[in-house]
Amino acid sequence: MSSSTTTQTYVPKTRVGKVTDYVDSRVGGSGIVKEFGRKIFPDHWTFMFGEVALYTFVILLISGTFLTFFYDPSMAETHYEGSFLPLRGVEMSVAYASSLDISFDVRGGLFMRQIHHWAALLFVASVAVHMLRVFFTGAFRRPREFNWVVGCTLLILSLAAGFTGYSLPDDLLSGNGLRIIDGVMKAIPVVGTYLSFFLFGGEFPGTMIIGRLYVLHILLIPAVILLLIGIHLFMVVLHKHSQFPGPGRTNTNVVGYPVGPVYAAKAGGFFFIVFGVLAAIAAAFTINPIWNYGPYDPSPVSAGTQPDWYIGWVDGALRLMPGTLGDNFDFEFMIPFPWGVNALSLNVLIPALVPAMIVFTLMFAWPWIEAWVTKDKREHHLLDRPRNAPTRTAIGVAGVTFYCVLWAAASSDLIATHFLVSLNDVTYWLRFLVIFGPVLAFMVARRIALALQRKDREIALHGRETGRIVRLPHGEFIEVHEPVDDYKRYKLVAFESPEVMVPAPDADGKVGRLDKVHGRISRFFFEDRVAPVTPKELAASHGDHHGEIAGAKDRESIASH
Amino acid sequence: MKALSQRRRHPLAAFALLLMALLVTGGLYAAASTANEAQAQTTTFTADDVEEGSKLFSANCASCHGMGATGSQAAPSLVGVGAASVDFQVGSGRMPMQMDGPQAQAKPVQFTEEQTRQMAAYVASLGAGPAIPSEEILDASEGDPSAGGELFRVNCAMCHNAAAAGGALTQGKFAPSLEGSSEKHIYEAMVTGPQNMPVFNDANIAPEDKQDIIAFLKTIEEQGSPGGADLGSLGPVSEGLFIWVAGLGVIIAFTVWLTSRSS
Repeated sequence: MSSSTTTQTYVPKTRVGKVTDYVDSRVGGSGIVKEFGRKIFPDHWTFMFGEVALYTFVILLISGTFLTFFYDPSMAETHYEGSFLPLRGVEMSVAYASSLDISFDVRGGLFMRQIHHWAALLFVASVAVHMLRVFFTGAFRRPREFNWVVGCTLLILSLAAGFTGYSLPDDLLSGNGLRIIDGVMKAIPVVGTYLSFFLFGGEFPGTMIIGRLYVLHILLIPAVILLLIGIHLFMVVLHKHSQFPGPGRTNTNVVGYPVGPVYAAKAGGFFFIVFGVLAAIAAAFTINPIWNYGPYDPSPVSAGTQPDWYIGWVDGALRLMPGTLGDNFDFEFMIPFPWGVNALSLNVLIPALVPAMIVFTLMFAWPWIEAWVTKDKREHHLLDRPRNAPTRTAIGVAGVTFYCVLWAAASSDLIATHFLVSLNDVTYWLRFLVIFGPVLAFMVARRIALALQRKDREIALHGRETGRIVRLPHGEFIEVHEPVDDYKRYKLVAFESPEVMVPAPDADGKVGRLDKVHGRISRFFFEDRVAPVTPKELAASHGDHHGEIAGAKDRESIASH
Repeated sequence: MKALSQRRRHPLAAFALLLMALLVTGGLYAAASTANEAQAQTTTFTADDVEEGSKLFSANCASCHGMGATGSQAAPSLVGVGAASVDFQVGSGRMPMQMDGPQAQAKPVQFTEEQTRQMAAYVASLGAGPAIPSEEILDASEGDPSAGGELFRVNCAMCHNAAAAGGALTQGKFAPSLEGSSEKHIYEAMVTGPQNMPVFNDANIAPEDKQDIIAFLKTIEEQGSPGGADLGSLGPVSEGLFIWVAGLGVIIAFTVWLTSRSS
């Protein structure tokens, strides 16, 4: 630049160069590549679950488009005339018949249905794991709070996408699921029945619901997901990627590979890996064998009726809720209103709404809850190792436990038959666990995190136990400790350990009530802590254990200790 | 007609009407209850069979079911349960019962076919009950699988699962998977209602409809799983478990591989 004053016009010589220059001079692609191609992404295997979610979403769009070519969301009655013998001549809806046709009479249709469904399961699973990674490493802290909220919304939308899709084949299994939704909706006091009539276009099941769910499933929900993915990724670019602490990795830099060419190649390759894995699964393993379930008919209910895994926890909560307590208390209240008496069925409303409300409220609000507790308003681009935030990790583990118990409850019948135990006992145990499991999990997880921190501290100060036992001249046996190298030690000592904040009295010498509450919560969070190793401690331990690098010539100095 | 109308006020008219009503209802009841009853024995048992069966029964069953199969505190009376019941319980290995429990578990069959037949003959001789079904009615190829499928979903799927993979009942009881059950045992289970299963008699599900159900079960058993490995036909639970363990497991292995190369 400095050597020439006039900008030379670039004259391409090759044909490819000419085409590229033609496009570039009109689109300005090189600017984008220059800007975006130099984006740095740090490398860690846990950073790739968001990518998995993105790729499975792309696979869902592609396979879903194929399915729309052949699927007919009509609830008109027809008689199946396709090639699946055990259902031939059976009366069913056009939607179910076309789903069967996709499975048996459209070339490649069954594979496409299966890859679409498997991809949906993996999509929600990878979103969940991605969120757990973000939570446990503290990547939701400033400046990423809003992106966390966008992610939470994406999770709920992916549940909605999954559920609306699950119902489309109009088979017995999904119809049973819709019936539960209908029941939950009708349990909402006063407006429940109207809501249900509005959604189903009359009394359940009606003739509208499949068409309506189809519009939501292929139009509205994917459009909003796509929009939010755009916002999500834009914010990732804006905030830059977070990274684990390490030598040379600070809060103001990002150490990793640029998008072009390394990361783009890796990411592109990873898309095909995900596609390949899903294709292999779809080709070899049945999912949702709708031909087994038969057409939906409100009268039969099959044993082992469950929703897909991500809705399972709500189903589990419904299964765990006792219908009555003792002989008299049945959770049902008749509330007199001016227009008549309305029933309030808490035995449906509590399990269907309360667990989801608790989990989602805490999830959305968590960045602000934690910021209030720590009073930490700084930007964080360095991640926490989960053990270095013991209370947060323990709360996360408690949440996962709560979720998993409810999830297990959705398969209580299968647990009973496969482990030859009584279904009633399974239910009682899970009821106990859903209340006390999270508490136990919290305590155990926090203890484990603190113990791991102590172990880290021990290793940083005194080195790794080599298992080499040395006998000193005067007969004493010692085990030789090998100091860890600087890179390893950096990992062990580079973290913050907040301390309990004691509420400070104001100008009048009074402590406000909120401050007191804050003080109590702060103590709950940070009372048990392991302080990171200070340079002074490190220096002291170095002097102390210098001889333990244990060459033969140092034996004398070891002996002198 | 005129004679009838003239005598309708006869003092005995009410008696005649009552008698007629009783005859009609009694007759209808008799007709209805014979429809529920077992068909005629299709396998004829000889006196020798009964004799041998009696000995086998005394040696193997009487300790619980009592001498003469009249039952005890430990087990019910077998008078009137019919040959089909014995053939099912013993022929599927559920009897003699291995241990006390919520319900008798299937296990390796303990008696030869001949011995089972003899015990069935003995129990059938104690009182009328459902007979062992004939070969013709068990021929699955004669049934209509799609009609059987509808009957199965309405009558059986709530316990046995729509794909006949089995399901849980209360207090450790369960409806077993029907995969691998013989046509005869399926039919006998319907007419005798073993363990916690209700009886589906011939008035409830006609023999031809039972044949359709058997045809349905055999069709889905033989066709296998069109979409690949069926993961136990357990529905979304096994699918969810599979994607979390196998699907995500493989993906994680790849992520570790992809990121380990660079560092």
